[in-house]
Amino acid sequence: MTGTFERTQTLREWLTDNEPSSRTQARFGRAYLSWRSLSRNPLAMLGLIVVVGLILVAIFADQLATQSPFIGGDLRTERLQPPSAEHWLGTDSQARDIYSRLVHGSRLTLMIVVLVTVIAMPVGLLIGTVAGYAGGWLDSVLMRITDIFLAFPRLILALAFVAALGPGIENAIIAIAITAWPPYARIARAETLTIRNSDFIAAVRLQGASTPRIIARHIMPLCLPSVIVRVTLDMAGIILTAAGLGFLGLGAQPPMPEWGAMIASGRQYIIDYWWVATMPGIAIFVVSLGFNLLGDGLRDVLDPKAAR
Amino acid sequence: MIDIRDLSVVFGSGNLRVEAVKGLSLQVAEGESFGLVGESGSGKSTVLRAICGLAPVSGGTIAIGEKPVSVPRKRDFFATVQMVFQDPYGSLHPRQTVDQILSEPLAIHRMDNRDKRIVRTLTDVGLGPTFRFRFPHQLSGGQRQRVAIARALILDPSVILLDEPTSALDASVQAEILNLLELLRKEHNLTYILVSHDLAVVAHLCDRMLVMRNGTMVEETDTEHLRAGEAKTAYTRALMKATEGFTRAEPATRTELQ
Repeated sequence: MTGTFERTQTLREWLTDNEPSSRTQARFGRAYLSWRSLSRNPLAMLGLIVVVGLILVAIFADQLATQSPFIGGDLRTERLQPPSAEHWLGTDSQARDIYSRLVHGSRLTLMIVVLVTVIAMPVGLLIGTVAGYAGGWLDSVLMRITDIFLAFPRLILALAFVAALGPGIENAIIAIAITAWPPYARIARAETLTIRNSDFIAAVRLQGASTPRIIARHIMPLCLPSVIVRVTLDMAGIILTAAGLGFLGLGAQPPMPEWGAMIASGRQYIIDYWWVATMPGIAIFVVSLGFNLLGDGLRDVLDPKAAR
Repeated sequence: MIDIRDLSVVFGSGNLRVEAVKGLSLQVAEGESFGLVGESGSGKSTVLRAICGLAPVSGGTIAIGEKPVSVPRKRDFFATVQMVFQDPYGSLHPRQTVDQILSEPLAIHRMDNRDKRIVRTLTDVGLGPTFRFRFPHQLSGGQRQRVAIARALILDPSVILLDEPTSALDASVQAEILNLLELLRKEHNLTYILVSHDLAVVAHLCDRMLVMRNGTMVEETDTEHLRAGEAKTAYTRALMKATEGFTRAEPATRTELQ
């Protein structure tokens, strides 16, 4: 017992050492300090637990699901059953177990969130930093394009893209990503404008660094925290847009267990069989709230200006 | 080493046109330390920024080591001329360790033996290898300025432009940094152009100096004349008086106040 205690003590000392002796130690020490201030925020930790829970459920969906998400039971006797010991969250109109469908639906939700982030964040970051650093006509052109995308209501623009590309989960992801990047570009540009004339950027220019190098290695790392915070806060919106597209029948197609599509299928039974639409609704609510809480906590850690 | 003839720098156009530097000429020999003195807004920092390409040159010529500088500046120019900025709190990237800050110029110029060079330069500026993996927020103002000097030094330049290198530091640290700069100049045979509003700092480090006001040259003088209190123009004398600092007048007596 004392042995482990001593080891954690030295580990903490190693992490908080004011004179790190290697690159790794300096990096870990910095990460540790961020983690410590994040873990002091109970709501952020709650959000983190929800997000980690979502990831775990998605990974172990096959083990956690009690029944098949696609194949239902007997349509005469097992349709629209209320929650019970056998069907924890009840069954839907096709006699499928709602709990198992929710568990498998977490994979779709996670895929949507991850893919939209992977597509939209680099695009927004690149356009914003280039526009902010270059200035002049390039800035005007890039920012007017951003304005055009911002001028459309998000769901309507996504609808238009899905209508053009055809319904389906992949096209829904592309459509959401196309509508998600402008705010990131705005934030990255604003951040870039505040640092582009600072002395440390002038110093790198005086070392002979090329413009792409300055943007990629010196400006982007400083814009990244605020963009990450914004992305985390947007994830709830992304999930809701995906669910909205699914609800309208333009996202995931049956029989995929997408949460929005599940709500849509429960709509016609909502008065008599409330659990069909409510259960996926709760799932969307919990995951969106988790991402929002985590995003708020991350803002306090990553963006010292916004902290109290 | 440095030959500037008839330099002028103009910012903006029309109503917003500002002539920051007008017809300035100066020559600095190799290994010399040259001072640019003047009040705030006299254009002395702009001269430095024009030399290294951060401010536009609207007239005149700048030559470093007999060769006129290219527009835009090439990589070999930056291997010859480096700059130390005024504010050590703003001139270091807040999210990079000292190691990353010093590696960057070596990576850009594709130098070898990076580890050795970084450790040697840190030792040169009196910091030592224990500072290598710290972030700027773990350093004091004087230590930060030493890192900034190390960054300028690591490419082995022959000219270093110093833009008020001590004005953001407190008095005891100022002297340390000035002594370090003097030592480095002798060790590495560096040529300095030092910009300062403080005649005492300039007199400490420089042999010759140029007094500027409103973007024009007022007077070129040297340390000996300055020490002897000989100045040709009234402005330089006023500047000298200002540097002597605030001297308390005889306290007024109560009767006088009444």
